[in-house]
Amino acid sequence: MTDEERRDFEATAQADKPLLQVDAVVRRFGEVSAVDHLSLDIRTGEFFALLGPSGCGKTTLLRMLGGFETPDGGRILLDGQDISGVPPHRRPVNMMFQNYALFPHLSVRDNIAFGLRRAGLPRAGIEARVTEMLALVSLDGMEKRKPEQLSGGQRQRVALARALARRPRLLLLDEPMAALDKKLRENTQAELMRLQRRLGMTFIIVTHDQEEAMMMADRIGVMNAGRLQQVATPRQLYEAPNSRWIAEFVGGINIIDGAVESSGRGRMSVATQSAGPVTVATPLQALTTDQVCVAIRPEKVRLSSGEAAPDAGDAAGTNRMEGVIAGVSYLGGQTRYQVRLDRGALLHASVANTVRREAEAFETAQRVVACFAPDDCMVLDR
Amino acid sequence: MSGRRLFATPARRAAVAPFLWMLLFFLLPFGFVLKISLSHAVMAQPPYLPVFDPAEGIAALKAAIAALSLDNFRLLASDHFYVLSYLRSVVVALVSTSILLAIGYPIAYGMSRLPARWQPIAMILVIVPFWTSFLVRVYAWINILQHDGILNNVLMALRLVSAPVVWLSTDAAMYIGLVYSYLPFMILPLYATLAKIDPALLEASADLGGSRLTTFWLVTVPLSLPGIGAGALLCFIPIVGEFVIPDLLAGSASPMIGQTLWLEFFNNHDWPVASAIAVVLLVLLLAPLLVYERVQRRRLEGTR
Repeated sequence: MTDEERRDFEATAQADKPLLQVDAVVRRFGEVSAVDHLSLDIRTGEFFALLGPSGCGKTTLLRMLGGFETPDGGRILLDGQDISGVPPHRRPVNMMFQNYALFPHLSVRDNIAFGLRRAGLPRAGIEARVTEMLALVSLDGMEKRKPEQLSGGQRQRVALARALARRPRLLLLDEPMAALDKKLRENTQAELMRLQRRLGMTFIIVTHDQEEAMMMADRIGVMNAGRLQQVATPRQLYEAPNSRWIAEFVGGINIIDGAVESSGRGRMSVATQSAGPVTVATPLQALTTDQVCVAIRPEKVRLSSGEAAPDAGDAAGTNRMEGVIAGVSYLGGQTRYQVRLDRGALLHASVANTVRREAEAFETAQRVVACFAPDDCMVLDR
Repeated sequence: MSGRRLFATPARRAAVAPFLWMLLFFLLPFGFVLKISLSHAVMAQPPYLPVFDPAEGIAALKAAIAALSLDNFRLLASDHFYVLSYLRSVVVALVSTSILLAIGYPIAYGMSRLPARWQPIAMILVIVPFWTSFLVRVYAWINILQHDGILNNVLMALRLVSAPVVWLSTDAAMYIGLVYSYLPFMILPLYATLAKIDPALLEASADLGGSRLTTFWLVTVPLSLPGIGAGALLCFIPIVGEFVIPDLLAGSASPMIGQTLWLEFFNNHDWPVASAIAVVLLVLLLAPLLVYERVQRRRLEGTR
């Protein structure tokens, strides 16, 4: 990036207006609304992930941003200009396709140069940019190869270089890691993040892999049935989901149905049938009824052996529940326990294996006490 | 590897079938034709000499082999009639293959862009003419193209011409017949390759700034080259040897090689010259096949 371009970029970044505004966009296929009155703002330089189960409309939304689908309603503004009707080849937006869509009859060089030639760059400029892009994705010396002669990871990097070569205002990535194996995927994720920071470009990635979204994105938009259920940072999404659906979709969780009994001084008491009374922190969001559910992440449940006496006079009001270990899954870094509470609920607890000895492990049928702090509980509408 | 193991499995036995077929129905008959092409014509039964008769002993066989000559091939090379006939066949085949490509490509392209459920129907529409006899279809064209045929009637009714146009026994009629008859052979391989092109590639081209036209020339056409090659060969090769269509629709001024061959065989009863014509035709047709095969192989090697 030249100094001039950097100044340009910083000038835009300073402007308050979002780079991309999606305004009540609708896309119907027959009777089904794949995207249903969806609004979203994306800031310049942001790494944004669209996360959701398959068929939630995230790919349709991405394709509308790329120009491959036309919205049936609403507007898409890029830098304040409506681009809803602009065909893909006139948009300052590039897409990295799910299976890369590399041109099989063209060499790596010609694949990367394809967009530059269409932009009418002078020959020398194209050469320089291709070389720059090859270096950027560490594919120097591969320029004469055909896509078939490359490994999956190399193809993925060619696709990335090709999409970045035109220096788009916005880069769209459709499941870019789907075809890579796990190890390669993790390396590529890190590389993609470094690249995005370095170029200061705006990325929108579509993925169904929540770990991938959490690892890479500044913000995540979780979609379901054509709508955005929550737009938040990875931490907010995990620790403060705005609905039971989000809480269940993102990560593992224990959910216990109950009714609000009393509330005051920052604490709320919820009566549950399967776990007895549970003390929770009063939620920030308003609840619609007193029929609620208590949600607690498995790693926030602590286990201790049944014989150990409970700490006397716990001012924090920690929830203590007795039960029996019903299942143990050893996963290396952590062990997952299933605890059948005496009251009936099945509680999942995950314990980090911080020491090598097995002494701290629990065994099936062992009696344990499960503890969790009120502040670690979430209360959500059922 | 021992012979027993080579033929051990049914799959391996089946793999021998095409070679057996080639041996029985191509190489063996071709051997006869080649032998006859090296003989000379006589008024007898069979109408050529020498005849190989193993019953007469090895000395007679040796004498028969010594009697073989390349005279017929020398005749083909020296007589303008044959050379022109070959040339005309190649030119007619080149022209009709070009017309077929120009008409067939847009049709195949259109078919490949149809909604998925319409594509099989379009395919059936292309194949449907095969359900009627080839000869009947060519005769139908005679009907359409004759002096007071449908074509002239329509042209007169539209006042495009004032008097009936002579269509029959012209090159135009022959090209109409050839293009009509061979169109499915051009469309089907083209459609097969065009339908296989990943739509994401077209989207990628558009994404990278390619207009529809640019995308067509830089992505669709290069990726359909194997189909163009296959379609062109499927049309070119049989058209070079075509007999029925030029015989029924074109004039008799300059015959194609298929007609010349027929003439030699049935009118002149000169089996040896007819056979020589067939042998030269085969060698001529092998050339484009070898070129195609070499290009395909280079393409495969290039991608490895």
